Amino acid sequence: MHDVSAKDASLRPDPLLCAIGITKRYGTFLANDGIDLDLFPAEIHALLGENGAGKSTLVKVMYGLIQPSAGELRWTGQKIVLTGPSEARAFGIGMVFQHFSLFENLTVAENVALGLAPTESFTAISERLEETARVYGLPLEPKREVWRLSVGERQRIEIVRVLMQNPKLLILDEPTAVLTPQEADQLFSVLARLKSEGRGILYISHKLDEVKRLCDTATILRGGKKISTCDPRRETAASLARMMVGADIGEVKAASGRTVSVPRLVIHKLSLEPDDPHGTHLREVSLEVRGGEIVGIAGVSGNGQDELFAALSGERLSPAEGAIVIDGLAAGMLGVNERRRMGAAFVPEERLGHGTAPRMKLSENALLTGHAASGMVRHGFVDKPATLATVDRATAAFDVRKAKRDPEAASLSGGNLQKFIVGREILREPGVLVVSQPTWGVDAGAAATIRQALIDLAGRGAAVLVVSQDLDELAEIADRIAVMFHGKLSSPLDAAEATRETLGLLMGGASTGRSADQPEVSHAVGA
Amino acid sequence: MQLVLEKRAERSNFIAVASPLFAIALTLVTMAVLFAILGKNPITALDVYFIEPLTDSYSLEELVVKATPLVMIAVGLSLCYIANVWNIGAEGQFIVGAVAGSWLAVRTNGTDAGHWVLPAMLLLGALGGALYALIPAICRVRFGASEILTSLMLVYVANFGMDYLVRGPWRDPNGLNFPTTAEFDPVATVPLLIEGTRLHAGSILALIVVMLATVLLGRTIMGFEIRLVGAAPKAARFSGFNADKLVLFTFAVSGALAGLAGIIEVAGPVGHLQPDISPGYGFTAIIVAFLGRLNPVGILIAGLFLALTFIGGENAEIAIKVPLDLTKVFQGILLFYVLACDSMIIYRVRLVRAFRKPAHAVA
Repeated sequence: MHDVSAKDASLRPDPLLCAIGITKRYGTFLANDGIDLDLFPAEIHALLGENGAGKSTLVKVMYGLIQPSAGELRWTGQKIVLTGPSEARAFGIGMVFQHFSLFENLTVAENVALGLAPTESFTAISERLEETARVYGLPLEPKREVWRLSVGERQRIEIVRVLMQNPKLLILDEPTAVLTPQEADQLFSVLARLKSEGRGILYISHKLDEVKRLCDTATILRGGKKISTCDPRRETAASLARMMVGADIGEVKAASGRTVSVPRLVIHKLSLEPDDPHGTHLREVSLEVRGGEIVGIAGVSGNGQDELFAALSGERLSPAEGAIVIDGLAAGMLGVNERRRMGAAFVPEERLGHGTAPRMKLSENALLTGHAASGMVRHGFVDKPATLATVDRATAAFDVRKAKRDPEAASLSGGNLQKFIVGREILREPGVLVVSQPTWGVDAGAAATIRQALIDLAGRGAAVLVVSQDLDELAEIADRIAVMFHGKLSSPLDAAEATRETLGLLMGGASTGRSADQPEVSHAVGA
Repeated sequence: MQLVLEKRAERSNFIAVASPLFAIALTLVTMAVLFAILGKNPITALDVYFIEPLTDSYSLEELVVKATPLVMIAVGLSLCYIANVWNIGAEGQFIVGAVAGSWLAVRTNGTDAGHWVLPAMLLLGALGGALYALIPAICRVRFGASEILTSLMLVYVANFGMDYLVRGPWRDPNGLNFPTTAEFDPVATVPLLIEGTRLHAGSILALIVVMLATVLLGRTIMGFEIRLVGAAPKAARFSGFNADKLVLFTFAVSGALAGLAGIIEVAGPVGHLQPDISPGYGFTAIIVAFLGRLNPVGILIAGLFLALTFIGGENAEIAIKVPLDLTKVFQGILLFYVLACDSMIIYRVRLVRAFRKPAHAVA
């Protein structure tokens, strides 16, 4: 591949960065296997692949965070060895990570200053910050504390911080995962501008329509190997997906003849103070989920979804008994196990540490939610065979791939662990299922399995509530969609009328009269 | 060059087993260096410390006698530590247990009370220890006070309280003004296992405690709760377990076991209440718990090993004239190495080339 692009040198400018035969070995596992990649100036290059395909490993090598086991990097033709990110930055490589590294209690300017050389005065940095933010149309108030900002605004800090170092090559790791559609559009126009300035951009994503819209070149990784480098505008979403997954993904089928029955989960004017200072106050949240239907809750993370989940599961009790009603019984002041005994089941967003104990075996993790309502405990003693049977049943029903019968939860891949967690709950045939981010960071095959299971469960008469940031997912499975913003829940829209635009506006707070806090919303509307 | 700790993908089971052995080996090397600095022949010193006590039957009996309270306390502490609850005050709970049980022995002294006295004393001892342990537990749950500090401070309160009793109200009138209670009656004394030795029935109780704890941790939902709260607190809340209740429970159980060990010590090998009933069992048990990997059977083995350090220390004081405090130095070094080696279960050490460019290093 590298040779091919070298021949094209007369047509294209020289590549900024060449990765040649990059291999990274962890024990016997090859995270990257001889990957070649050329990144050119004034080009947006997509790096596509499922979770675990080796995308993160590759960019960490290119940013000097890890050393490759074999292969080399060339910067404008010269061989380089990066022993750390500071060296990468010195060459002109900048990176925006998926997970922000910001101090919540410091201001925007203070956070930016922390990442820069101490030679520049704080006022100079603040001025340069404002200037950069203005030039690129990334509005930021230098004096605001980070914890007051939305996720989109926080990402702007990260981007501005990198731009202030004037990089020639910018690496972005799944930048739109946390953004509303409008915020994403804004990001795309910034990227287009960076491209027109002659900078190279490496854009990691698994959202195919985004890549088709934005990128000039796409490299697809699968299982640590490079599958192909292509022009995404000439591919279809299906052909790109096929290259990522290696097979056609089964389509999710709606259960036929689903009939909607009585409300099985009712939230009635639920208000709840956050238990930590950076949490979100839930304000009069009301919603009905009827048997046989799937209701989705969309919203940018941090708008009260976590608080709502804790209130629904009973990890936090509500101030009033009737704030939460499960199958006609007031459950607001009952604990999580009492709610499970009423036929409710819960799947939290965080797989490791919340949904499971990472260092415990799967059988023990089956016990984790099954001990109260699934006959796994007799006279205080754990019925080990019963817990193992649950593991086996979940394994068989949901195709959970694992190295041995009963491994530690942390040893499973994200997708397989999520299948186990969802399977563990669905096997109990709950009447009410509340699930948060069911397919977050899960590969496409597992995601399809999980979504199908949710649809089938609703088809059997259960009420299913799905909290998700993934609008495509909600469009695929939900019958009605409500949007959470600043602790308030909009009234649900029928899936048919819930277009990306409508949802996006609600996610930005459009109907709650708070648009003053979110100036970008009015831009988006105008655009 | 730089040393970095790198997280392992999976726990190393080999290190999990080998870590206490590494720790002991490193401790012995350090001790040998210390002996050499003190001008003693390290080989002779280590022989006096660790080999000689194993060669005569009196020392072997004494090993069991000293291991008994260590094991009993450490099993209770391990429940706390597994649940991420830090009871450092077992020494105080040991003393309060001894005092609570002794109260009955003192009250019935010289009367013709029957065989109910000893069981009642054991019960009182356990109860006293548990109640005393609940003070830091309640402070933690109600007010968020660090149980590490409060439980440790209460050791000194217990110590002075006992001191007052044996020098004041409970002092033996025929005791030539020594600060001690009268010798306990036979019905208030733990029976010997073998006549003419110091081996007493308390050791059997310690074994039973080890077995019960093994079943509790491995087989019951309570044991699962203890392990889950320690390993993943958020998952434990999701599982419907109440972390505060567990703080109270583990403190009460470990306090009860420490109190029981206290009254057994007083009603057994000592025979009366006096100051200095403990050479620091409550603190040494912390080391026993960690050296035994917070596993009841491991604790049994570790208890015997640390009992050896007490006996070896006494031997060494006589044979090679080193201070008795060296035993405490030894135990401290051991705990240090145990904790250091334990981190190797989850981390590995790697040597990497300098991270920064020279220019940055200068700046």
